[in-house]
Amino acid sequence: MSAWTIIRLVAAREIRVKFTSRSYLLATGSMLAAVVLGGVLINVVDSSDPLKVGLTPQTSSVADAVTSLSGKGDVETKDVADEAAGKRQVRDGDLDALLTGTPDRLAVVVNKDLDPKLESVFTAIAQQQALSAQIEGLGGDPEKVASSLLSAVPKVTQLDPAETDGGKVVAAYIVGILIFLGLVTAGQLVAQGVVEEKTSRVVELLLATISPWQLMAGKVLGIGVVGLTQIAVVVAGGAGTASILGLVDTSELNLGATAISAIGWFLIGFTTYALALAGLAALVSRQEEVSSVISPVIMLMTLPYVVGVSIGTWEPDNPLVVWLSRIPFCSPLVMPIRIAGGGVPAWDVLLAVGLSLAIIPVLVWVAGRLYSNAVLQTGDRVKLLQAFRADRG
Amino acid sequence: MSVLEIDRLSKSYGSRAALTGTSFEVRAGEIFGFVGSNGAGKTTTMRIVLGVLAGDGGEVRWDGRPIDADLRRRIGYMPEERGLYPRMKVGEQLTYLARLYGMDAATARASMERWTDTLGIAERRDDEVVKLSLGNQQRVQLAAALVHEPELLVLDEPFSGLDPVAVDVMSEVLRERAAAGVPVLFSSHQLELVERLCDRVGIIAAGRMVEVGAIDELRRHEVPRWRVDGEPAAAWAPGLAGVRVLAETGTTTVVELAAGSEQAVLAAALAAGPVREFALERPSLTELYRDVVTASNGTEVPA
Repeated sequence: MSAWTIIRLVAAREIRVKFTSRSYLLATGSMLAAVVLGGVLINVVDSSDPLKVGLTPQTSSVADAVTSLSGKGDVETKDVADEAAGKRQVRDGDLDALLTGTPDRLAVVVNKDLDPKLESVFTAIAQQQALSAQIEGLGGDPEKVASSLLSAVPKVTQLDPAETDGGKVVAAYIVGILIFLGLVTAGQLVAQGVVEEKTSRVVELLLATISPWQLMAGKVLGIGVVGLTQIAVVVAGGAGTASILGLVDTSELNLGATAISAIGWFLIGFTTYALALAGLAALVSRQEEVSSVISPVIMLMTLPYVVGVSIGTWEPDNPLVVWLSRIPFCSPLVMPIRIAGGGVPAWDVLLAVGLSLAIIPVLVWVAGRLYSNAVLQTGDRVKLLQAFRADRG
Repeated sequence: MSVLEIDRLSKSYGSRAALTGTSFEVRAGEIFGFVGSNGAGKTTTMRIVLGVLAGDGGEVRWDGRPIDADLRRRIGYMPEERGLYPRMKVGEQLTYLARLYGMDAATARASMERWTDTLGIAERRDDEVVKLSLGNQQRVQLAAALVHEPELLVLDEPFSGLDPVAVDVMSEVLRERAAAGVPVLFSSHQLELVERLCDRVGIIAAGRMVEVGAIDELRRHEVPRWRVDGEPAAAWAPGLAGVRVLAETGTTTVVELAAGSEQAVLAAALAAGPVREFALERPSLTELYRDVVTASNGTEVPA
């Protein structure tokens, strides 16, 4: 039987056990619900109701001018039967303003104050009407003048484009938090899985037929699939919600690239941390001791995570963020935040990926050694150096 | 013919020598009982055979070939420290283990069904191991050692913690496997059981085999002893050449006598009065064990 067959069998068991475990389904479901509901919530807060303008039969011809001058979706027009009906609706709050009079002599009825936005729209219409009348009087073509007026816009050069792209910042936050949560969850599963096999002593039965590295590799692979599924479901849910609700239509955020980088960096991060945790968890024999090996590793994850979400989301070019995004163990938590912010040069991403991939063989060797030497030693916690030096037995 | 050869194994834990040149062999179709006090080296030997522990010296061979990963896959193992996934269902677990040993899915499933039937745990297949009684967990553990149709069985204390019915089931399974040609090596403290079940036994003390052989060979005194149930020894023993009276309880006398002189002794006893029993006295394994272990340790060891 080939090593790969064995690894696949071990991985398949991990996957089956986790996919049927209630806590895993619950965690994935609640993370998915959180991103979808979050998206819906942003959508509700973001899109305040459009302003409603009532038009009497006499003024209904300016409907197009009102909507086109006010910009996309901000103002709605509504025809009313007559002035009296329109006034009632204004008083009831169903209408924000009522246009009465005639197109060339507009009058506005409001309950208290005229919304500044509407005011500028109505002023522009009145001015246009006046202008058209004058042009016509002079024998010109009002349509032509209108179109040339529209194109006469000054070019704006932003010296300090301080305006942050809200879509990117939110995406960077979500990616940062998701990867951190995903890595912590999956890392814990690996550590607990290793210790569970030690505690229940089933490891002796397993190692009588397969080798320690096959067991470790299968476990890491299986839990990797489990964790990846979780993050992919959540990322897809978040990206899907954002694109269906059009949350990022006004942003320059590249949704696809951000989602792919999040998943890719999760994989790199998982491999790194899972190997470290598998090696370390083999040193202890009791579930109570798991936290003592996990906490230093989680500390190691927390530092780049905090820097990433607190600085990286707003200032993707901050030097600390940039450097952390290249260092193995840190890059999986920081680089995807930078990528969501956009503008990371390809060489920078490749450098970070290359460095992370380069240490994986070293981790495989160290973790494999720790694991093989320590996994059959039950009882007291095995010392790190002792496990590293000693050969099995 | 498959033969398991344990050849001069040595192993030390720090400064404590656990095995010092342990050697014996287990032959095809034979049940070999491995006895010795706690810490004598039984578990260490078995773990080295299974490769979960590396020995310092010596070799384990099967059919003349040093045991490697491929050969190990054909061994059924029951570790001293029982171990199964507590939260995995019995059936799934056994099928998984069978597959790890190289069986395909369908064969593994069929084999799991057969062994859970044989061991009387068929109705527990869909229960998590942790929900079973200790005795039933023990049966699952044995099923785990048998499920991949091993060609060699190495069982560390398979009978500990079993109720009498389970002991019978387990004994029957071991006999049946041995009859199928599988060498069975098992350790136990239950010497009466070993005596009843085993073809050969090995007694280990302080990491060294002190006795290895067929039960009948071992259960023999260097000078034959006979049990005579008849008149008191004083009525017939004096005057017989080479006869030494060892003990008298009630009407029974145990005598040690030179080989070949038993007919003369019987005649003398009959001349003195009726003889109700005249039989060769054989030490039980327990007595034998006490003798050799005491001799080799210089201390009293409970069986």
